Amino acid sequence: MIKLFITFVFSILILSCTSTAFAMGGGKSEFQAFDTPNDSGKSITLRWPSSPGESDHVEYVVYASTTKNGPFETEALRIKSNDMYEEGSDSSYHLAVVETDKLFNKEASDNGSSIEYFFKLVKVSNLDSTSIGVIASATPKGNWFNSSRLNNFIILIIFSILTLCCIKHAKKVPGLFIRKIKGLDAIDDALGRATEMGKPALFVHGLNDMDSISTIAAINILGRIALRVAEYDTPLKVSNIYPIVLSVSQEVVKESYLEAGRPDAYVEDNVFLAASEQFPYVVALSGIMTREKPAANFFVGYFYAESLILSETGAATGAIQIAATDAFTQLPFFITTCDYTLMGEELYAASAYLSREPLLLGSLRAQDIIKGVLIGVIIFGAILATCGVDFISSIFRPG
Amino acid sequence: MIKKTDISIMTWILIAFGIINIILLATGKLGFNAKGIGIITAVAITLAMYSFLYKDNPVFKIAENLFVGVAMGYSLIIIWFNILKPDVFEALIVPMFKDTEIGPQYSVIVPTLLGFFMFLRFSTKLSWLSRWSFAFIVGMGSGIAIPNFINAILLRQLEPMFAPLYTGSFWGTVNTILVLVGVVSVLFYFFFSMEHKGAIGGVSVVGVWFLMIAFGASFGYTVMARMSLLIGRMQFLLKDWLGIIQ
Repeated sequence: MIKLFITFVFSILILSCTSTAFAMGGGKSEFQAFDTPNDSGKSITLRWPSSPGESDHVEYVVYASTTKNGPFETEALRIKSNDMYEEGSDSSYHLAVVETDKLFNKEASDNGSSIEYFFKLVKVSNLDSTSIGVIASATPKGNWFNSSRLNNFIILIIFSILTLCCIKHAKKVPGLFIRKIKGLDAIDDALGRATEMGKPALFVHGLNDMDSISTIAAINILGRIALRVAEYDTPLKVSNIYPIVLSVSQEVVKESYLEAGRPDAYVEDNVFLAASEQFPYVVALSGIMTREKPAANFFVGYFYAESLILSETGAATGAIQIAATDAFTQLPFFITTCDYTLMGEELYAASAYLSREPLLLGSLRAQDIIKGVLIGVIIFGAILATCGVDFISSIFRPG
Repeated sequence: MIKKTDISIMTWILIAFGIINIILLATGKLGFNAKGIGIITAVAITLAMYSFLYKDNPVFKIAENLFVGVAMGYSLIIIWFNILKPDVFEALIVPMFKDTEIGPQYSVIVPTLLGFFMFLRFSTKLSWLSRWSFAFIVGMGSGIAIPNFINAILLRQLEPMFAPLYTGSFWGTVNTILVLVGVVSVLFYFFFSMEHKGAIGGVSVVGVWFLMIAFGASFGYTVMARMSLLIGRMQFLLKDWLGIIQ
């Protein structure tokens, strides 16, 4: 496994270095056109050397045609002459991307990547227009693999292998340690309070659909809460804003009641669609909180501007409130109005903490190892960058 | 339970609201046309919503149900005109029965079927088919989100961390070191498989301080933004409705 890990690390180094030098070509050539690397085949990159006397008043205009002899009447690009320099060329080259599918009529665009496009570069000033450089041509081609995101792929593979190893380890060694998370310990207290008071618990989903990681984490927590609620025989109300999240929530709550051996206690109408838009959702929930006065409110998922209104209303009704969100901008509001708040990654750790399943515990351990690696990379990278070596940053450059 | 005093307060407010509007219409400050009626309706709903600040009441309930219902109707229309009509009805069904320039797009059948499976939740025998749709959505969502997460969240945030610590100026350097210390200590706070004691505990406490300072700044910033929303609503009431301010 260590060998595999080392091989991957080296492959990042080698491939990231080779991928930066793609397609550009070297040398001080004239006006060039070439297929934009790592794209869907709908653009061409133009490159030409800069010239003395470039200013705001002088412009470069590129005309396009689908035949070599023109006519060059379609304006593909117009930039100020002191703009769009190639990164790392020390302002000695201009680099611009032209979207070919927007250049000509629909039929030409529909032919897609088979067309060869010809470009003519003209320098325009107040006094005259000068055609500079020869006509350049290129044919756009789509790429199946985005090599600038190779590091993403390799990081994903490394992290996945690490996670699988940790899960395997967690299955072998049961009871991996997780530090105390107060907000999660308080869930039982909150549900106990609701049971004693004979009032329902309210679970509020965030405003993201099922494709959001925070919603998936919220569903995991909901399953655990529903299990406890079924054991305590306390009503649980689950509000949703998306029909898909609603259906998944219904399934999860139903399964939890089955797991607890109380399928008869499951009420489908208690998992409901409160509204389909943000503020109607808030208004509907505020009404429910005020009228039914749930003893415990759980705000779990990704929230936006509605967070404060919801949690403030809940606080006014005297409910014990637990929030869990990875919405950085909304955390301050939950912290000020809720009894307990799970911040960011605590939301993802919650399902492992509550269930203590080896699968989840192992992935949590893997996350911690990854964080440790990242801390090391950050410190090492910052020190190297201070010494003028940007080798680490080139490996972790986003695509 | 609504008390007698609440009923009388509500009645008086409604009477006052009616009288003010009659005066505004009679004096011509509000036109007896679609715009004027629109303003009165908007004011009524705004005040009904604000009445919740006093306590839950029937007027708020009316506004609440109206808001939820209108939003649901709006969503349905949006789904029909933005998704179902162009992507299913006009792309698949119309070309099957009519001569159109482009033939039926049969590739739409699969997602349409997956969507249709969702409705099978109402059938006890076939509700299992709806799980295919959920599995597809959850799987696809995770598949798209996780690789994007690495690029957009992890690498984008790592990138500025690889800046030289010494920036040339004293305060610039202090700033860079603060950012580095903040990021590292906050990461330490989010270690779950180690007890926060000793050195790790100390570093994570520093992380909590950084988090709280950031949250405080974010709180203040957002409260100011909310204030501007309140000012906007007040301007509507005082300018567009009552005409007190210009």
